[in-house]
Amino acid sequence: MQKTLKRYFSIFVLPTLIAFSFAFIIPFVMGVYLSFCEFKTITNATFVGFENYIKIFADKDFINAFLFTIRFAVVSIATINLFAFALALALTRRIKGTNLFRTVFFMPNLIGGIILGYIWQQMINAILLRYETTLVANANYGFWGLIILMNWQLIGYMMIIYIAGLQNVPTELMEAAQIDGATGWQTLLKVKIPMVMPSITICLFLTVSNSFKLFDQNLALTAGAPSKKTAMLALDIYNTFYGRSGYEGVGQAKAVLFFIVVAVIALSQLVLTRRREVEQ
Amino acid sequence: MKKRFASLLLCATFVTTLLAGCGSGDNNSAAESTQQSGAANTTEATETAGGEQSNAASGQVYYLNFKPEVDGVWQELARKYTEETGVPVKVVTAASGTYEQTLMSEIANAQAPTLFQINGPIGYSNWSEYCLDLKDTELYSWLIDKDLAVAGADGGVYGIPYVVEGYGIIYNDSIMQKYFALKDAEVTSIEQINNFEILEEVVEDMQERKEELGIEGVFASTSLTPGEDWRWHTHLANIPISYEYADKNITDTDALEFTYADNFENIFDLYIENSITAPGLLGSKSVDDSMAEFALGKVAMVQNGNWAWSQISGVEGNVVQEQDVKFLPIYTGMEGEESQGLCIGTENFFSVNSQASSEDQQATIAFVEWLFSSETGKAAVTNKLGFIAPFNTFTDEEKPMDPLAQEVIRYMNDETKESVIWNFTSFPSQQFKDDFGSALLEYAAGSLEWDAVEALVIERWAAEKAAAQ
Amino acid sequence: MMRKTKKTSDVILFCVLCFIVVAFLLPILFVVMNSFKGKLFISDNPFALPTAETFAGLTNYVNGIEKTSFFAAFGWSVFITVFSVLAILLFTSMTAYFVTRVKSKVTSVLYYMFVFSMIVPFQMVMFTMSKLANMTHLNNPVGMVILYLGFGAGLSVFMFCGFIKSIPLDIEEAAMIDGCNPLQTFFGVVMPILKPTAITVAILNAMWIWNDYLLPYLVIGLSTPYKTIPVAVQYLIGSYGAKDMGSMMALLVLSIIPIIIFYLACQKYIIEGVVAGAVKG
Repeated sequence: MQKTLKRYFSIFVLPTLIAFSFAFIIPFVMGVYLSFCEFKTITNATFVGFENYIKIFADKDFINAFLFTIRFAVVSIATINLFAFALALALTRRIKGTNLFRTVFFMPNLIGGIILGYIWQQMINAILLRYETTLVANANYGFWGLIILMNWQLIGYMMIIYIAGLQNVPTELMEAAQIDGATGWQTLLKVKIPMVMPSITICLFLTVSNSFKLFDQNLALTAGAPSKKTAMLALDIYNTFYGRSGYEGVGQAKAVLFFIVVAVIALSQLVLTRRREVEQ
Repeated sequence: MKKRFASLLLCATFVTTLLAGCGSGDNNSAAESTQQSGAANTTEATETAGGEQSNAASGQVYYLNFKPEVDGVWQELARKYTEETGVPVKVVTAASGTYEQTLMSEIANAQAPTLFQINGPIGYSNWSEYCLDLKDTELYSWLIDKDLAVAGADGGVYGIPYVVEGYGIIYNDSIMQKYFALKDAEVTSIEQINNFEILEEVVEDMQERKEELGIEGVFASTSLTPGEDWRWHTHLANIPISYEYADKNITDTDALEFTYADNFENIFDLYIENSITAPGLLGSKSVDDSMAEFALGKVAMVQNGNWAWSQISGVEGNVVQEQDVKFLPIYTGMEGEESQGLCIGTENFFSVNSQASSEDQQATIAFVEWLFSSETGKAAVTNKLGFIAPFNTFTDEEKPMDPLAQEVIRYMNDETKESVIWNFTSFPSQQFKDDFGSALLEYAAGSLEWDAVEALVIERWAAEKAAAQ
Repeated sequence: MMRKTKKTSDVILFCVLCFIVVAFLLPILFVVMNSFKGKLFISDNPFALPTAETFAGLTNYVNGIEKTSFFAAFGWSVFITVFSVLAILLFTSMTAYFVTRVKSKVTSVLYYMFVFSMIVPFQMVMFTMSKLANMTHLNNPVGMVILYLGFGAGLSVFMFCGFIKSIPLDIEEAAMIDGCNPLQTFFGVVMPILKPTAITVAILNAMWIWNDYLLPYLVIGLSTPYKTIPVAVQYLIGSYGAKDMGSMMALLVLSIIPIIIFYLACQKYIIEGVVAGAVKG
């Protein structure tokens, strides 16, 4: 069977492969190469070695964006997962209206980042109006605005995954715990959490990568204002590429670093939690 | 064979686009329509082409517009031109404060802007590889003061200014008259306000008696929303920096000292403290908001230029009378500022994309020339866009009649007043301006001290000048 | 006794959840409410309901639709999303089938490349991809479909592979013995089994493509009539200096409506799809 199928390579694989080459392979390889070049368009690049990478570390905006992103990621990962898990626990108690609650909580997840960003920009400005200030007046407002926005968007999503995990906890196990006289907290800590570890892995993974790659929401909500203090990595890279001519190479080098950071975090986090699962 | 076909095609398109371009012009009666099939370079074609319009033009015009407030006028002009000549004209407006960014992403596209603008020598150095030499165009020959154009090191002309503008403090004369009539007003006529000290006294007194005057604040919102803050980081900043340049007898510098930072602070504080809007809220205000506040009679003064007339007159429920809209110079507490006039100059230079196809280039040049020579074009430029155009194709009668443009012309002709030149064409980059604007926003919101703003301006100026090299 | 405490705690919980639901809906209600106010009144008191004085009827909607050519943007969004998703479903499932069933160095390299592409952020390829797309004239809706197929291939191939691995070979072999060629086998036998995964893949990709901003913005640009909804919204709100709050609110409402309708209509599939996608991805 393999042999006959092999002859159909051009039909089965080629269309995807061609598109994949245009959209990913060629741009990726070129991107890595161009990060070592000075260029304005991709056809007139001159090799400059590590110059672009050296420039990055002198770039205050990039370092600031990096720290901001980390701060944002830590806070949003913690809050999103905590709230999502709490809601998931609440919605697996078979109370009235569960379906409606689930529907509403999940909905923001489907709205695009640009639209979400502007909705919240208006909302937050309206609230801050009472205190005679605005979202862009202080970097902290932008930070918490982004946290609230991301919570609003992702809680429902993560909640659904936790619900799926909780529903898979065998009822016998819960009953056994009850018979042993375990309190609510004990069941939660000793039975439920270990049993939904796979869901936790997934949710952490998703929130980490979503937080790190955040762009649309950032652009729409504050666009980095004030003074780029609320610009995250992806936005900073975008600004470097399109903000000033002559810095395309630096932008590309930043993008490569960004890719490495995202890849390392995603992989190490996956490895770590997978190991924990096995131990449990 | 292939080559021959290409050159034929080129000729054909040259001729047809030029026909299309000049077709509606008012100065083409002399030339008969002679479609030369021979080699046609630009100038030759310009001289020989003319007469009836043609719909067969293959060039296209894509203008990336710089001024969001006149987007509607440009769309209308584009439509009219296409109707007249059949040449498609597309106008896209870049978001306020993002012109360079938009241009960067657009110009690399297959459908790149054919017509864009640079803001002077700094802009030219960024975009030189995209600027076509316009020396041989009629447009350049019409330019009254050739020194205004952006010239390259090779003697070519890469940017042609298309408008002269002025800005200052726009005031509502009827509110001022009401104030002058009040008991113990600080002054009794507008002429008496000729320096910062007096301006400050008047403004503060007016702010205190705003109920009596029926206003909500003296100044309109100092819009500090990112992208809406160019009136401060560019226009207002021009004044202290111009004085610094004058002191040092320079027109540009790599190391700004910001000697007159205090003067900037003077006027900026006056703006934000005697305003309709609390300082903390300025980050949510746009230029449009400020102009609406002025048009609705809620405030007495607003800093802006003569281009703002279209916004003032376009506000629904506008209560300001045309004859009451006047200009006052921006006083900042400089020595001898009694003779200071408005800030007059230009930062709007048309450039044609040198990497566009030659058909598109010709179509673009034809479009611009139409704009500044045809009746329709000139009427729109003068009346709708309110441009004081620096071309000899405009007669004295063809100057904008709106009150602000009239005021600019009055100040220009007033020999006792000395205009402040637009030196912000030498500001290092949009980045510098944005950073300055953000710092002002934080200063207004109370999260940054003035000294820090001052230090930031000096530091960012140097850094951005260095980065540009 | 036990039951009773459970009941009261459930009631409390129910109330808390109701409160959270309101909080969740608040931003949307806020935008809807303000979209009916005159543009100059919005910033005065954004939380007030429209009154006779401030009510603007549908003016904002008319303005918003006109300024952005909203219906055209909606049409292009639908076009690009639908065809991209169809292309992804068809081609990546075929590729995944080939990659799983043919064991060779080439296929395993391919597989790992697809998986690898999943962790690469868009910014890494954004500049080069958009330039390449311009050079190769992919800067139109059809080109977008190709780019989405390429960029979406990673996750989709990965998910299909995961599922195809679990399909026993027997059925396909039986089909082959009956004289089916690989194409017939794939479409006749494998494709129907893939349906649940296909729904997941379709939903995940549709959500991504429909909401995507940067790729269409960079590739198609502002000058073409092919602006998608996110690009059009960003263009209107960022642009026009005017910051016409009224039409902005109206536009936000208009942008949400299709998503909500779609969501309510196929909620079951969406939620299941997302869960399946998350678990496998």
